[in-house]
Amino acid sequence: MAAVAVSVASLLTLTACGGDAKESGGGEAAHKKVEVFSWWTGPGEADGLKAMREIFAKQNPDFEFFDAAVAGGSGDQARALLSSKLQANQPPDTFQGHAGAELQGYIEGGKLESLNFLYDELKLKDAFPQQLIDQISVQGQIYSVPVNIHRSNVLWYNPSVLKEAGVDGAPATIDEFVADLEKVKKTGKIPLSIGSQWTVVHLLESVLLGSLGTDAYNQLWAPNADWSSAEVTKALENFKAILSYAGTPQEDWQPAAKQVADGEAAFNIMGDWAYGYFHNPPEGGLGKESHKDFDWAASPGTDGTFMWLSDSFTLPKGAPNRDGAIAWLKVAASKEGQDAFNPLKGSIPARTDADKSLYQDYLSWSLEEWSKDKLAGSIQHGVVANDAWRSAINDAVGLFQQSQDVAKLQEALVSAAKNNNQ
Amino acid sequence: MTTRVRRWLPGLLLVSPSIVLIAVFVYGLLGWNFKVAMTDKHNEIAEIPGNFVGLENFVSIWSEERWGLSVRHSIIFTAVFVGGALVLGWFLAFLMEKGIRGEGGFRAIYLFPMAISFIATGVVWRWLMNSATGERAVGLNRLFGYLGMDFLQWQWFRDPDWGMAAMAVPAVWQMSGYIMALFLAGFRGVPEELREAARVDGCNEWQVYRRVILPMLRPVTLSALIILGHISLKVFDLVVAVSGKQIITDVPATFMWTAVFDAHDPAKGATIAAYIVLSVVIFIVPYLIWNARKGNR
Repeated sequence: MAAVAVSVASLLTLTACGGDAKESGGGEAAHKKVEVFSWWTGPGEADGLKAMREIFAKQNPDFEFFDAAVAGGSGDQARALLSSKLQANQPPDTFQGHAGAELQGYIEGGKLESLNFLYDELKLKDAFPQQLIDQISVQGQIYSVPVNIHRSNVLWYNPSVLKEAGVDGAPATIDEFVADLEKVKKTGKIPLSIGSQWTVVHLLESVLLGSLGTDAYNQLWAPNADWSSAEVTKALENFKAILSYAGTPQEDWQPAAKQVADGEAAFNIMGDWAYGYFHNPPEGGLGKESHKDFDWAASPGTDGTFMWLSDSFTLPKGAPNRDGAIAWLKVAASKEGQDAFNPLKGSIPARTDADKSLYQDYLSWSLEEWSKDKLAGSIQHGVVANDAWRSAINDAVGLFQQSQDVAKLQEALVSAAKNNNQ
Repeated sequence: MTTRVRRWLPGLLLVSPSIVLIAVFVYGLLGWNFKVAMTDKHNEIAEIPGNFVGLENFVSIWSEERWGLSVRHSIIFTAVFVGGALVLGWFLAFLMEKGIRGEGGFRAIYLFPMAISFIATGVVWRWLMNSATGERAVGLNRLFGYLGMDFLQWQWFRDPDWGMAAMAVPAVWQMSGYIMALFLAGFRGVPEELREAARVDGCNEWQVYRRVILPMLRPVTLSALIILGHISLKVFDLVVAVSGKQIITDVPATFMWTAVFDAHDPAKGATIAAYIVLSVVIFIVPYLIWNARKGNR
């Protein structure tokens, strides 16, 4: 009993000492602290952040990394907190954001510094694909450093379900896809699994891309783009046809992906984060074997095009520790930083000079495609449409799920583009 | 002078913290919300305070299909939820009042759901109301399948027309026990002498309820209506727990959420919030007036 009391007492003094030490060091370290704001708290992504953080600590012994991560997938909570901080002009030193139009509100509000100087200094324009640079530039200025790349247009399928239905391999075009869905339907399996509303918007972006082709798709996001064209009508009719083969909507993307893994459903179109879910051991995934239990291909009609989304870091105006933020951005942009982060996160680096041996299985395929494909930006994941536009597209798709009225959907998309086109 | 001050000052000091807090955090923020709703601040980050546009936002929102849908959903939900909870609560209280054995136990059982948050209720009922049918059915649809009542299987909250009626089922489940407690207190408040007098005057049991007890339950019914009504018009947590932010179960509160946090449009969010407050006010103000009149009498 006495021993316990003694050890508790010593523990208390120990913690007290620890507190003192930190406080005394706090005064001088305060201006060297680098507050990095992100929503990377889940398995994989938090590990990746930690790996980058270690590199940062090694290269910058003067700065102290301060992890201001806010939990919550896709960053809803984090971004709500971030807006209030930015409104109060109390920005973190650097924050995570999806590269592309999602940052547009911040840029227009004058909250971000242009990073062209950093791109010139580090010769990043040579390290990243030229199309990526084009697609994240706003009037010649670049406001963020992409750390990773995810792919949106991936068709996941169950080879044995396809075999049973007499479908050999993934469909290459939308028409083939519809024919294959019909074949699967005859076997009584679910042809296409879907999740909640946002996964249907995710499906729409792949169908638009596959149906219109890359150039016409990219044109949709240019000023005065024509959303009322007959081609868009055709694409939306394809969307309706494909959606008619969808199973009961699941709660989110995981249960929908699981239907494919379990052999209940044949196809699912989802971003490449699904790979980790299929492949990882049972604590975080389903422990399935690639090319056997599940397989993938470019979503129909999009082979040769990489529909990308990316997490990136920014430099807010008035960052308390600007030098520290730039030091962090340099790590985030470096080959070393990206190769440390991405294998753990389950994504590929934005740089084309990455160490290929680090990326296995799906990721090696993805990296290969990244270096040679044409690029197109994702809608649902914040690349091509700003928040208001994306939200309007989500509303239109949600209403369409009930009305099944293509003309009305197109009308809503036309007015969404008119009201929000940047 | 001092004696007069002594009479009112301590009392005022005692309530002043709550007066200040309510003035700032309820009415102050309510006023601010209405102010934002009457501006064109459709962008959250840019430092524009927004120009005054009067009631433009309040009018233009009616041309949005999603708004019409969410109002319709809210009305269906309110009708089923308030009606269902009142009828079921009344019926349970009626059975209790007949002097069932182990009444205390039943009362506790029926009240327990109220101890659960709408979030927990929603998570459980999301599974129970899974919309898959046939071989893949789970939850209630599966139960119907086992019982050979396949015709009862339906889409639940995913039904495009009456989905919101299904959404009201968990709410009824949760709140009807509370309504039962209210009605039971009401029943008990009717003096036995009155019932006896009615019986002596030749009323049968039905007429005792119809002519004597029900009229005396009117204040309780009204209270129950107000309580359920304002919960129903503001419902958010249950809907989000069951289906998230999907148009198929959209209500004004979830619309407000996506307007503010997804579309980053403060003016639209404030407009919807203002409509929610107004709809609750319409419910509550007549009650307050009625209460005040009763107090004066």
